[in-house]
Amino acid sequence: MRPDLEIIQQWIEPNSRVLDLGCGDGTLLHFLKTSKQVKEIGLEIDEDNIQRCIENGVNVIEQNMDHGLSNFQTNSFETVLLAQTLQALSNPDKLIDEMLRIGKKGIVTFPNFGNWKSRLYLSTKGRMPVSKFMPHQWYDTPNIHFCTVKDFDALCRDKNIKVLTRTVVDSQHQGSWAMKSWPNFLGEIAIYHITRD
Amino acid sequence: MAVEIPEDSVGIVEPQHLHIDDPLTLRSGKVLPACDIVYETYGELNSEKSNAVLVCHALSGDHHAAGFHTKDDKKPGWWDTCIGPGKAIDTNLFFVVSMNNLGGCGGTTGPATINPETGKYWGPDFPVVTVRDWVKSQAMLMDRLGISKWAAVVGGSLGGMQVLRWAISYPERLASAICIAAAPKLSAQNIAFNEVARQSITADPNFHDGYYLEHDTYPKQGLTLARMVGHITYLSDSAMRTKFGKTVSDFENEGNNFGRDLRTGKLSFGFNVDFQVESYLHYQGERFSANFDANTYLLMTKALDYFDPSVDYEGDLSKAFENSDCKFMLVSFSTDWRFPPERSRELVNELLKAGREVTYLEVEADQGHDAFLLPIPRYINAFKGYLQRVHKEVCGNAS
Repeated sequence: MRPDLEIIQQWIEPNSRVLDLGCGDGTLLHFLKTSKQVKEIGLEIDEDNIQRCIENGVNVIEQNMDHGLSNFQTNSFETVLLAQTLQALSNPDKLIDEMLRIGKKGIVTFPNFGNWKSRLYLSTKGRMPVSKFMPHQWYDTPNIHFCTVKDFDALCRDKNIKVLTRTVVDSQHQGSWAMKSWPNFLGEIAIYHITRD
Repeated sequence: MAVEIPEDSVGIVEPQHLHIDDPLTLRSGKVLPACDIVYETYGELNSEKSNAVLVCHALSGDHHAAGFHTKDDKKPGWWDTCIGPGKAIDTNLFFVVSMNNLGGCGGTTGPATINPETGKYWGPDFPVVTVRDWVKSQAMLMDRLGISKWAAVVGGSLGGMQVLRWAISYPERLASAICIAAAPKLSAQNIAFNEVARQSITADPNFHDGYYLEHDTYPKQGLTLARMVGHITYLSDSAMRTKFGKTVSDFENEGNNFGRDLRTGKLSFGFNVDFQVESYLHYQGERFSANFDANTYLLMTKALDYFDPSVDYEGDLSKAFENSDCKFMLVSFSTDWRFPPERSRELVNELLKAGREVTYLEVEADQGHDAFLLPIPRYINAFKGYLQRVHKEVCGNAS
């Protein structure tokens, strides 16, 4: 099992309603449907991903999150997921607000730009970091709003969002004691479980 | 043989007849004492009777949804693109039922059939039927076929509205609802187009207040005009440009002539048919009027106008879906201006509000409302993928 799925599934109640914003090919929702019997809805805009969701037996709605989520009722889901999508949104802060309006709890995962590799790349090469994990050039990247673990902590503080759990893992989704001690320096992927205060 | 019957066709099919003696109380309060139903089936019903799919037809459709009646047929059934072995509604997996709706003109009791009480054509005295009445009669057919639950109820346009009504009226009798290019109710513009169509029929001198069959005639001109108006709303502006914008003439020598192909290559400077689009509409209208009953056309447009399941729920459509138990799939097409994507999104939102499981696709397609009848790869793949999963969930490994 992918370690990030392992971490996320601990926070999902069996038979609960889960909304996945930017659900990709539906892997995560399919996993939660099988392991936790959740009632799932995924949002996606990529045609191939939508087709794969359908084939995976995952409910998927073609909808662009950047155009808002006002069609979703307040508190209509137990959990709203936002996995590896935060950095590609036009208004990530507004979306976090919407997540916690629609869902009682939110789970956000994002690539930590504060990771030492990014810092080293920028400080030694003087150019925007490009890696296997983040392969895009600055001009064609879908990732328009990079942030660090510290940045996200600050946003949660500003918005009075309660962080239930914060975990960081590497790009293989493995954690370690060192990452726990220096999350913003060593963590490659941040995983947050959040709720409204 | 007019055309070679393709391998993925259901082949030669024969319409079935069913007489139902039970009285049917219509939404208007009127009672239809008995009725005859014409339907077709494709594929095999499994021993558990769990693999049945109901296909609902739209305004001008009938029971003949797939295959050919004779080897000499020039065209297959109206949804042959989607029904057949290996197609979206795969007849290797499903038993497909398609009936001609009440008030239709394909052989089911309607204005062009004989009223046994009078011995004359029903004509304009045939009661106004609604989507709800159709679904009721479809359930009567279902009972007689020994099917207790549809694996899926499927339809586009007015057919999609029947799908929605099934989910509301008989929540325990379908596992999934596939509603394509439909709307929660008609807009003022939709009703306006229908009214123009009705007026053109009733104003035809051959209409005879609807008793034209007794006068051995039919309102050809009116029905042709009605179909021409309707047909315009089925196509998109860009589809028309593509269809009629292929040749360069002395008159339109630009690279893009905006679909203004001339019929003879020059202008007539009279009130004749100059442009290809005009002769196309005349052809479509005339072909239709020769094969369709005008009173049925009036009835079908009324059924469309009256469709609004929210009326029983203080205008809140989400409440209508609160007892629904099936999974929903909705599809819309980008250039459909009859029932545009916004209308399908309205439905998606009401279903979400009701807590239902929904899958929704907005397919880029140039063909307007007609797209739901055409082999658009993304649409067909999604439709097929969804139904394969329905089959897996409902029938397991049995087929």
